[in-house]
Amino acid sequence: MAVVSTEATPVATESDIVAVRRLVRETAAKLGFSLVDQTKVVTAASELARNTLIHGNGGEMELITLNGPRVGLRLKFHDHGPGIRDIQLALRDGFTTGSGLGLGLGGAKRLVNEFEIDSQVGQGTTVTVTRWK
Amino acid sequence: MERIPILRMGEYLLVTIQVDMHDRLAMTLQDDLTNRISETSAKGVLIDISSLEIVDSFIGRMLGNIASMSRVLDADTVVVGMRPAVAITLVELGMSLTGVRTALNVDAGMDLLRNSLDARKDALYGSRIH
Ligand SMILES: Nc1ncnc2c1ncn2[C@@H]1O[C@H](COP(=O)(O)OP(=O)(O)O)[C@@H](O)[C@H]1O
Ligand SMILES: [Mg+2]
Repeated sequence: MAVVSTEATPVATESDIVAVRRLVRETAAKLGFSLVDQTKVVTAASELARNTLIHGNGGEMELITLNGPRVGLRLKFHDHGPGIRDIQLALRDGFTTGSGLGLGLGGAKRLVNEFEIDSQVGQGTTVTVTRWK
Repeated sequence: MERIPILRMGEYLLVTIQVDMHDRLAMTLQDDLTNRISETSAKGVLIDISSLEIVDSFIGRMLGNIASMSRVLDADTVVVGMRPAVAITLVELGMSLTGVRTALNVDAGMDLLRNSLDARKDALYGSRIH
């Protein structure tokens, strides 16, 4: 799998979530994603960036462009927050430890093709998602 | 502080969301609208989201809150102009937007608000007209 480019961007403020949406949108459009696929991956990114900020106390997003044999967009949201104790539970629609709707993780998973959570309690969380063109 | 403008048109309030809102701006809009409905005794609120490129669970929750709050204050809310790609994505995200009335565009949304207000007036005063 050929990684064409990697770019890291901070997720430390609410404005950063807006910037993440814009960056993911521009990149997906450049890769030739359909409008619906752009919308799906940007929405997933918005949910995951908010989780990084709110639940993970801030972190960063790595944006990886994949080219060959398939074209795709991979996003890695990384934080050094409290971690997720029970990942299965966190993925369940409606589950929240905050004041959200509890749709972010499960919803983001449905909006992408590949989804992976790596989380250690007390260490932090990395959520990696990939959407293929 | 940055704010989304709320226009008054007779018995209705009109909001056009034209920017990619950060979360606090969305919360401010929710509070501002609630205050304006109560100040003006508006009977309906029309929210135009045709410029919005995405609606995530945060914005979805805001729209739901505005609809519930306006109901308590005796006003109807209609959300208009949702892009097809946004609607498709919302369903997959798992957001049903229950309790939020929607229309395709501003004209259809205004019709919905007017009809609903007429129906309410009829229910109140209709029996006296013979
Ligand atoms: N980066 C993260 N760090 C720690 N906990 C997280 C993280 N992301 C998600 N969680 C946990 O998973 C739960 C569900 O997340 P989500 O589905 O996005 O719903 P919400 O954000 O509305 O609570 C959160 O309430 C939180 O407990
Ligand atoms: Mg969330």
